[in-house]
Amino acid sequence: MSRACYDGVVVASPVTIPYVRYSTRDAHWFLGRALAALVKQSGVKKEQLDGLCVSSFTLFPDTAVGLTQHFGLSPRWLDHIPMGGASGVVALRRAARAVQAGDAGIVACIAGDTNHVDSFRQNLANFSRFARDAVYPFGAGGPNASFALLTSYYMHQYGIEPRDFGKLCVAQRDNALKFPHALFRKPLTLDEYLNARPIAEPLRLFDCVMPCAGAEAFLVLAEDRARSLDLPFARILGTIERHNAFPDDPIQIRGGWALDRDDLFAQAGAGAADMDFAEVYDDYPVINVMQLEDLGFCPKGDGAGFVRRNSFTVGGTLPLNTSGGQLSVGQAGAAGGYLGFTEAVRQLTGRALGAQVENARLGLVSGFGMINYDRGLCGGAVVLGAA
Amino acid sequence: MTEPLARPKPRNPVRALRLPTLPPGARSRAALRLTAAAAEGRLELQHCFDCATVQYPPRAACQKCLSHRLEWRETDGAGELISDTVLHHSNELYYRERVPLRLGLVRLDAGPSLLAHLHGDCTLGRARLRAQLDRSGQAVVVALPPQDTTNMADDPMLREMTCDPKFRKVLITDGKGAVGQALARALVEAGADIVWIGIAEPWKQAPRLDAKQVETVPLDVTDERSVRDLAGVIGGKVDILINTAEFHRAHGVADRGTETARAEMEVNYLGLLRLAQAFGPAMRARAAEGTVPATAWVNLLSIYALSALPSHGTFSASKAAAFALSQNLRAEMHQAGIRVMNVFPGPIDDEWNQLVPPPKLGAPALATAIVRALRDGVEDLYPGDIAQDIVARFRESQKVLERELWDQ
Repeated sequence: MSRACYDGVVVASPVTIPYVRYSTRDAHWFLGRALAALVKQSGVKKEQLDGLCVSSFTLFPDTAVGLTQHFGLSPRWLDHIPMGGASGVVALRRAARAVQAGDAGIVACIAGDTNHVDSFRQNLANFSRFARDAVYPFGAGGPNASFALLTSYYMHQYGIEPRDFGKLCVAQRDNALKFPHALFRKPLTLDEYLNARPIAEPLRLFDCVMPCAGAEAFLVLAEDRARSLDLPFARILGTIERHNAFPDDPIQIRGGWALDRDDLFAQAGAGAADMDFAEVYDDYPVINVMQLEDLGFCPKGDGAGFVRRNSFTVGGTLPLNTSGGQLSVGQAGAAGGYLGFTEAVRQLTGRALGAQVENARLGLVSGFGMINYDRGLCGGAVVLGAA
Repeated sequence: MTEPLARPKPRNPVRALRLPTLPPGARSRAALRLTAAAAEGRLELQHCFDCATVQYPPRAACQKCLSHRLEWRETDGAGELISDTVLHHSNELYYRERVPLRLGLVRLDAGPSLLAHLHGDCTLGRARLRAQLDRSGQAVVVALPPQDTTNMADDPMLREMTCDPKFRKVLITDGKGAVGQALARALVEAGADIVWIGIAEPWKQAPRLDAKQVETVPLDVTDERSVRDLAGVIGGKVDILINTAEFHRAHGVADRGTETARAEMEVNYLGLLRLAQAFGPAMRARAAEGTVPATAWVNLLSIYALSALPSHGTFSASKAAAFALSQNLRAEMHQAGIRVMNVFPGPIDDEWNQLVPPPKLGAPALATAIVRALRDGVEDLYPGDIAQDIVARFRESQKVLERELWDQ
């Protein structure tokens, strides 16, 4: 049985609460700002938000439940998505179906985290049971070591060079130069990338995202509702998610996208080559390359060639992470999984805060999250279309 | 090959001591089984009873067939190092002091992939995995090259996990007995820098050991003053303390009087307490100093500390008390990363076990086993066939063993 499409459900009102490296505020503060910004920007009354979907790593001891009372909301549909970099994809999927089925009218999807001076270390130490038992005791500074191992393996397997990863980082920085919320807005050269200090070999400084505080949010609602509110919107054309894909691979060399991409593009009625831009999850450049391969932008193993053949800048070929991505904007915890969505909706509605992709009609957003032990477990992707 | 460890230079007294820090020690209850096996030098992983899948990290059910019948079984550490990295950054104090640090992912022939500390001689390809206690006292996985290499034990990562006597200063609390003598010889052979051997009654002729590293020191563990005096002289230098002081008579409960029992407690239990109070704090303070920090405390207990041998009843009771005390000492010393090793020998071939039939454990064999255990970094040692037999029976059924010991 083929999956139902998402006709009549749209994404609107992308919101970004500006990122800061460290904050003395708590996650509740950032999420509250995101909700307030949604209300203000969309003109939807707070009381009309009858669905709420939350993602955050630093909300403890609260979950989405606590936030309803915290912010005085009485939603009839509530979800909490603890899936890190895949949170945006999964939140959108859940919320879209809720709206489609009539379980909610307008769903506020919010993701955000704080970053205290010592909270990153504490989050790492208690990230997951497997991480606590089998990764953190080894000194691994969060996902750095896991991604170093993936990157090293991928390099051996497929012969990609550091300068190829560098090209992606430099292109994203180029995109970030015009994006007002990017924490890194100084041009990056390939030489600077290659000469940066090693963090976990083969990873260098500019391969690693910088943890920070901030929030991202959007609304999911029916198309006619968006029209009556006069909200610019993007359509949901196709979606997939997959968790713990390929568990027998001895190390991660591919993600769940490889299993489900045909399904994604069949539902969307378009192919990878039709995308006007892509927002892929980018906490480390190796995962950009894996997503490009596994989502069918190029064959498996041709990532290096694909990187060499494209420019990835807005205005170039296959604009990638057009706001600068997490590598240049910063990683505000779970908001990192939303960054691609807020940017994609802005691009498809012609309202980019930074560089605008000309005549953007179709965009792909993919998510990846949760290095539970040795690999990222959650993956997903969405094809969005302009109204 | 590994760069050989250089003889440490004397510490500059003006510079601050490097304070002991520990690697992260939090583990799930399931993962502590890895620690339990590593404490005896074994790599054990979860095996599914129903489908034989081997899995890691530890889980509550089999990831293949969802059976809850999981067994911890000794597992061959042979595998393939498929990827490696050098960490230059860590969020933990302990590791910040020790970067750069090699880590790798090893796919075991038995199935799962394990993140491991890498020995300096490991290259991509074949590797051997071991479970080791790290300084926090919890198990981590260590990858070694497929074959032994030159100076292998001198690898800085491995030295953190082990208590190798090389270049270390060791105190043997009773050096007069056969065990103390054999230990002193074995430690000199293992490259110890100084071996102090305690002699309780220095006016008696002590056996002479023909090695310049061995020094006799006065030490009577029943005398608090004697213990404190010695600690005042060498307490700030002892890297490994091996408590061999023992009082042993073949008495049962029905034998008249409490004198023997009291004497046994004075040496076997209170002697350990006095040593712990006098030598413990200084060792803890030096647990991260230089390239050969203070590292281990070894207690010579008895396998009958686990289950009493009625024919040596009061002795068993004093050793059980010492065992309990040693567990407490371990909990305190581990806060600085000092390993407390408990040794549970069966009957030793000495004058107090004359009527015990063979097999008995010879002093040289015991000494060799202790030195090997220090090098391997284990925490519980059951040396010899009798100890192995009794601990196996103890784990099978404590009650059955209790009955069986009645007639021995």
